[in-house]
Amino acid sequence: MTSSPDTTPLLQARGVSKRYPVGAFHRKMLHAVDDVDLTIAEGECVGLVGESGCGKSTLARVLARLVDSSAGEIHLSGQDIGHIPTRAFGGTPMRKDIQVVFQDPTESLNPGFTVLQAITDPLTRLIGGSAGDMRKMALQALEDVGLPAEYAGRYPHQLSGGQKARVGIARAIAVNPKLVVLDEPTSALDVSVQSLVLHLLAKLRKQRNMSYLFVSHDLNVVRLLCDKIAVMYLGRIVEFGPSHSVFFDPKHPYTRALLDAIPDPARENSPRTKLEGSASSPIDPNQNACRLSGRCPVEMPVCSQVMPQLIALGAQRQVACHRAEGLPESTRSKTEAVAS
Amino acid sequence: MKIVLSLATRIATAVPSLIGVIVVTFLLARALPGDAAVYYAGSSATPESIAQVRKALGLDKPLWFQFGDYASRLAHGDLGTSLSSGQPVLHDLVARLPASMELTLCALLFAMAIGLPLGIAAATRPGKAIDHICRVIVSVGAAFPTFFVALGLVYVFYFRLGIAPEPLGRLNDTYFTVPPTVTGFYLIDTILAGDLAAFDASLAQLVLPSISLGLFALAPIARIARASMLASLSSDFCRTARAMGLSRTRIVYGYALRNAMLPVVNILGMVFSFLLGANVLVEQVFAWPGIGAYAVNAVITSDYAAVQGFVLMMAILYILLNLAVDLAVAAIDPRVRYDG
Repeated sequence: MTSSPDTTPLLQARGVSKRYPVGAFHRKMLHAVDDVDLTIAEGECVGLVGESGCGKSTLARVLARLVDSSAGEIHLSGQDIGHIPTRAFGGTPMRKDIQVVFQDPTESLNPGFTVLQAITDPLTRLIGGSAGDMRKMALQALEDVGLPAEYAGRYPHQLSGGQKARVGIARAIAVNPKLVVLDEPTSALDVSVQSLVLHLLAKLRKQRNMSYLFVSHDLNVVRLLCDKIAVMYLGRIVEFGPSHSVFFDPKHPYTRALLDAIPDPARENSPRTKLEGSASSPIDPNQNACRLSGRCPVEMPVCSQVMPQLIALGAQRQVACHRAEGLPESTRSKTEAVAS
Repeated sequence: MKIVLSLATRIATAVPSLIGVIVVTFLLARALPGDAAVYYAGSSATPESIAQVRKALGLDKPLWFQFGDYASRLAHGDLGTSLSSGQPVLHDLVARLPASMELTLCALLFAMAIGLPLGIAAATRPGKAIDHICRVIVSVGAAFPTFFVALGLVYVFYFRLGIAPEPLGRLNDTYFTVPPTVTGFYLIDTILAGDLAAFDASLAQLVLPSISLGLFALAPIARIARASMLASLSSDFCRTARAMGLSRTRIVYGYALRNAMLPVVNILGMVFSFLLGANVLVEQVFAWPGIGAYAVNAVITSDYAAVQGFVLMMAILYILLNLAVDLAVAAIDPRVRYDG
């Protein structure tokens, strides 16, 4: 499932930051993404979770080269793509390697285009070829996402939400990308359609050997679909590791609080980690303190003086917490969670 | 077939509004201050001669009788006879309408040719020089009264610079022969008659009035074009198109513009009807033998038949205009196409 260390990962981000100037005279900086390292191997699915406003969508867009980063390097198959401005990136052959599926399937389709036009338009630009070839590829993509060919001539307003989501996916996969960035692709869909789309995504990944960066705030969805999970808090990745172990044995207090926030009737009376207050401001945050400092239930004096770095914990896991080693045992045991 | 049917229903729904227009204008014309009988009897009239004129005009009959008379004539296509010109109203309108239409259409073309590219350019470069230029032009166009602009243009281009021809009507008939009436549009009729010199002359006569009228229409067109283009460009489907790697030109013209055209087309219909009204002032300044001057004169002299005929014609024009706008919208937006 994971690639061996000597092969080049598909996507490697090092020290990626995105800061937006805010306030009067742009003197302050909003740290949307702060010094993030992330690696996605070929064929791997990495989930990116965190609460609203933690910077996960911004990070996804920076990695997908839709937003210019403020600092850091991004390598795609060993090739540095971070320095190419996003405006120019659309003209490079790498554009077809990274495709994006957006959150709102309705809004992200041009209302004036038929399904076929919506798919062939990027195809023609990124791959090129005769109209017949484009049509064939588009119809193949439609078939892969489970839409019958007669939908090709329809307009977005004639489709249901789930069908529109499939069109959005078909459009992204039609160019045979290596990496698909999925920005909460199912959050606008109702639950029954969500599961269909998630199964479809899992099937397509195997079929076409693509990698996913799956942005979501739904931890259960991420656990089902992803090999690895990256947990983000206030612009920084606080925990990274195989999804199973992160899910059942969270090392970071924030991850634990996030997991404990999932409603689960079976754990009604068990103790939970609860965070008090709300996240501190992402505008010019204190770079010499843990981002969770002030909300953390297991805070130590050092937490407000030194920013914990993301350090390896075992072979596969990484945690950014001063107490990573000495945390008390998780409130949810493996067996209990599996049973639920 | 389906289109013919929906067109027919649409025209049929306009019949009640037409009946309403007929009734209301009939009553309004009679509610106008001034007495037609007194006016046409002349300044040296005695009460007896006024009564005589009143009887001759049929104004001594009760109102409902007058209306019945008017309605039955109307049913036979007889709009009555204008008291001031002595000609049938229909004849007057048909003779004068093309002059106004030609002027209005040229003004609209001018406004679109300047306003649309200006609005689009401003939207694609918000905050840049072109955006500020657009704002200034729009403010000037909206702020200056039409007749003031018209007089200013005449002063500069005819009186000072001597570039423009005399502001006296559509064609100087001492130098040029008026073309035989085919469409009533001099620009078309002169070409049909093969008289290029007269074409040039009538075009020269059209320039200044078209610009003064068009400046007035330019403001709303540029504003709406800019606003809807901005909204369209920041929409999700344009962002998606960027993520797909489509070129900027393709996004601006293939995605954003088409969807931004909807509000613009709708505003065009309104602007056109404004222009027909604003014609009056420009026609006065340029001695244009159009419909506006005729209507003003008819109101001043209580020329009932002419006022009623004018309003009825305008109502029919508006209905046709709205129909044209609806058809244009249906051509642009697939969402309206199937709902009739």
